[in-house]
This record gives sequence, C-alpha cells and structure tokens, in this order.
Amino acid sequence: MTSTSVRRHKATGLVVLLASLVATGVGYAAVTDSAEAASTQVASQTQVEAGHQLFLEGCATCHGLAAQGTSSGPGLIGVGAAAVDFQVTTGRMPMAGPAIQAPRKTPVYDEEQVRQLAAYVQSLGVGPAIPSDSDISTTDANLAEGGLLFRTNCAQCHNFAGKGGALSDGRWAPTLMNATPREIYEAMLTGPQNMPNFTEATLPQAKKQAIIKYIASLQDAKAPGGLALGSYGPVTEGVFIWTAGIGALLLAAVWIGAKVR
Amino acid sequence: MSSDHGTDIALASDAHGDEPAFPLPAHRHRITDTDPAAARRTERQVAAMFLLSAACTIGFVVAYVAIPTSSFIDLGPIGVVQTSNLALGTTFGLAVLLIGLGAIQWAKKLMSDEEVVDERHPLGSPQEDKDEALAAFQTGVAESGFVERKIVRRTLIGALALFPIPLIVVLKDMGPLPGDSLRHTIWRQGSRIVVDVTGQKLKPQDLAVGTLVSASPEDLDKIQEEEGTQNARAKASIILVRMRPSEIKSEQAPSGQTWSYQGILAFSKICTHVGCPIALYQQRQHSLLCPCHQSTFDLSDSGKVIFGPANRRMPQLPITIDSEGYLVAQSDFQEPVGPSFWERG
Repeated sequence: MTSTSVRRHKATGLVVLLASLVATGVGYAAVTDSAEAASTQVASQTQVEAGHQLFLEGCATCHGLAAQGTSSGPGLIGVGAAAVDFQVTTGRMPMAGPAIQAPRKTPVYDEEQVRQLAAYVQSLGVGPAIPSDSDISTTDANLAEGGLLFRTNCAQCHNFAGKGGALSDGRWAPTLMNATPREIYEAMLTGPQNMPNFTEATLPQAKKQAIIKYIASLQDAKAPGGLALGSYGPVTEGVFIWTAGIGALLLAAVWIGAKVR
Repeated sequence: MSSDHGTDIALASDAHGDEPAFPLPAHRHRITDTDPAAARRTERQVAAMFLLSAACTIGFVVAYVAIPTSSFIDLGPIGVVQTSNLALGTTFGLAVLLIGLGAIQWAKKLMSDEEVVDERHPLGSPQEDKDEALAAFQTGVAESGFVERKIVRRTLIGALALFPIPLIVVLKDMGPLPGDSLRHTIWRQGSRIVVDVTGQKLKPQDLAVGTLVSASPEDLDKIQEEEGTQNARAKASIILVRMRPSEIKSEQAPSGQTWSYQGILAFSKICTHVGCPIALYQQRQHSLLCPCHQSTFDLSDSGKVIFGPANRRMPQLPITIDSEGYLVAQSDFQEPVGPSFWERG
C-alpha cells in the first residue's frame, strides 16, 4: 500500500513538473508574443514542425534528441532564434566533424530551412529573436562612438582592424571582414562559441548599431601605404622584414663581394 | 712567388727586398680589362642605370605634382593602395637604388682591381714636432700664470668640481617615490560599477551568463580630473563576467565571505605579468588570455594562472549590490593590481 502510494507520488511529481514546464513555456511565449510579432515574422506551427524534422536529421546527434545537449554539443533550450540564424547562415553549424571551434563555411541549409530551424529552437524556450532590418539599421548610428566601443569591447580579440586573431588552445577570433550587419548583431547578442555576449542592458541597441557601422567602415577601409600584411601588426611585419628585407640585403652583399671574371 | 714557404698565404716574416710581407696570388684580369668591347658594354650599362635614376627622380616630381591623393589603384593581392604613395615610393626608391647599383657595377667591372702594396708610414710624430708642441704648451702655462696665481687656479678647480651638482639635483624630478599608491586603487566600499565608455550603472539582471563588461568606478572621471593623469583609470579598470554559480570552483574571498554576486565576478583588467590591459575572455572555458605574452587566467578558479609567464593570480574585486540594487564594490582590491614591483617582494 505504502509502496504503491510512493510510486504514484513519483509519477505525479514528474507529470506536475512537465505540466508546469509546458505551462511556463506557453505562458512566457504568450506574454512575449506581441513583442516578437512586432520585430519578426511569427513562426507558424508548420515551420516549427519542419524545423523539428530538420533538427532531428542534422543536429540531434550532438545537441540531443530534445536539444538538451550531450557531451558533444551544448543544449539549445533558450539560446533563441538569433543564435540559430547566426550559426547556420554562416555555415558554422552543422559542423563537418568534431573540432575545437566551428569555422565559417558554405551554409548547408537555405534561408527557409534556417527560419524553420530557428522557429523550432525558439519554440523550445524563448531566447533572443532574429533582429529585424530596423534593429540593424546604421542610418542614425554614430561612427566615432562605434570606434570607441569597438576598441573597448571587440578589438582585444578581433584585432584593431577587425582582422581576427589567435586565442588559446587552437581557438581563434574570426575575421570580421565577411560578417554582415545581421551576423554581427546576432553575435553580440548571443555570444556564439567562446565569444562573450553583450546584452541589451550592457550594450544597448543604438551602441550595437554604432559598432556595426564602424565595422562596415573597417570592411571598406583601403590600404593607402600598400601591403597591409593582414593588419596583424608587428608579427607579420617582423616576419616580412626579417625574411624578405634582410634576405634582399644578404643577396646584395653577396653580389657586391662576388669575384668578377 | 713564395712557393719556398710551403704555402701561398704563409706569413713571410723574413721577407726581403721588394717582396710584400703578405704573398698575393697571381692577378687574373677581368673580361672588361682584356676585351674593350666588353668594357664599353659595361660602361653603357652603368650609364643606363644612372640615366634611369635621373628619369625616376624626374618621375617623382611629376608624380608629386600630377597624381591626386584621392586616386586609388587595385593591386590585386597587395590590396587597394593610394596611387600617389605607390608612385612616389617606387620612383624615389628606384632613383636611389639605381645610383647604388650603377656605382657598384662601375667599381666591380671598370675601376682598376690591381692589388697594390702600400707601406704604412710610422705612427709616431717626428721628434722635432713633439719638442715643438711641448715647448708651446710650456710657454702657454708660463704665460697664463696658472702655476703662480694660486687663487685663480684653486677657485677654478673648485668651480669645476661643483659644476655637476645641478645634474644630480634634477634627478629628484624622477620622484616622488610611489609610497603605497601601488597597493591601492580608487575603488571604495560602495563605489558603483559603471560600463566603460557609456558610463551606465549596472544591476545584476543586466548581465546574462556569458556576458563580458569592461567597467570602471562611477567617480573615475572626477578623480582623474583632480589627479590630472590616467593613473586612476589604469589601476581601476575591471572586467565583469557572469557564469553559473555552480561553475565557480573557488574565489579569492577568505572563508565565510563571498566576493561574487549571483555568479557575477569582477577582476582587474591589468595583467599581473607586465601590465597589459586584457579582456580576451573565452566564456566557455572562463579563461582570460593576455595577448602580449599569452598568460592565461582561470576566472572560475580564483583567477589563477593556468598558462604563460604571469606569476600572480588576477586580483578579484569584491562586489555586492547597494540599497538601490546597483552593483557596487565591497571594498578596494585586497592585493595590488598590475605587475609585481620591487617593494612587494
């Protein structure tokens, strides 16, 4: 009698937990729905289902059948549609194989499939939505302020010219030369892989737009002095002058000293 | 020439007559010495280099006047470069280089390359020159009265002895000694933490897990203005990071205290190796990497050094919230920030 009661209690607890999780999720989604509808297209149920199917085929191996995460990949509950859009449109996800960091490559999924995947992950737990065109507009952004914010918050890893740089254990901060305004916005918002995130509260939208405008100016920047050597600073410049520069001087010295016939 | 010495380069210490002290190998003439046509060809080569150099110099002036600085040219892999800079650099560089190349070619192929022995004259001056110089010096001493006029001589020596004193006195400007200023920053109990550049105050909910914020104390600008230097900023710069409280392995706080707030940790931004500002935070590993010498600190484990030349852990700033819910410092840093210094031992 007692044991039956305990068993029933256990089952009840699980049901209550699941029910309350679902209720919280649905309730939260209902509350935030209006705000989302204003900024992005509302995900339809068919999109979520199509996204679920794509997820099971392409992502579940590492992220788990319920996106709860496994030893090979992090959980995706609550990471939001913006994270999915960033990772998949830049081709970083799905990864080609286990690696310390996912590199940018040709995307596997088309735009519609990315929207479906994003809708599915967003349905698991609400996270940052995909930014709208007005979110990433830099028309009113302050370029000079963007430069200041870039040098304070981004340049330490992505290099003063946005060319990227090395981190530890074979990781790297990628170059920003190919990044679109939407990708930059999503990366700041969600902090992909090892990048820290910059929340709306610590770096408001107008400041993010200023940074995007500054990065766009770096992407258009010319090299008035000629060979920029990747803008990596003293490392590449040193390698160049120690090999090409001193090499040329050595050859000249050999020529000057060579015996003439 | 000196085969009886056994080897051509042996030192002929017993050289006699016109024999050179160092035996030289037999001279071999160059083509330009024996073939007048080859010599003329080389002459034309050298002259062409000098003419080309002159043309480059004129080209430099023309490029300077004619090419607008707004013009850019795409050089493929080298990049989009300013046409003016490219033309000026190329013409000026070639003008100098061609003069040098021409001169070397001239010296190597056309100037005489016959080895000659030039005996060195003795190093010492002739005795009569020495006597004359000594006599002139003694006359000078006698005429100046340096020996008899003792008071002049002694005051001059005294003045010269004192002369270096100002050079020593101005060394004082290297001070004052830092005192205990290296051990303290402007963080105080209750100093509000604000975001760098924007100056925005922060509440705990403003930071998500994985967030990085470069921050400073709220009253930094005022203090910096009073000090008139950037020292306050340099010492008080911090980063704020947030991780799940369960991910924090250890803190620098003594037992019974906590220096973090709901997984939010504040650390100095100044590397303990040689003081580079660092914010290369890898949020999955919770590691902070210094770009200068790759020192790496584990912020989830008391900021301890896990790689690189740094010898001391990254100092942690104790933080909490004030009555209005803003993040504030509990106190100043409990250990000096930045690189080690002599008095710290």
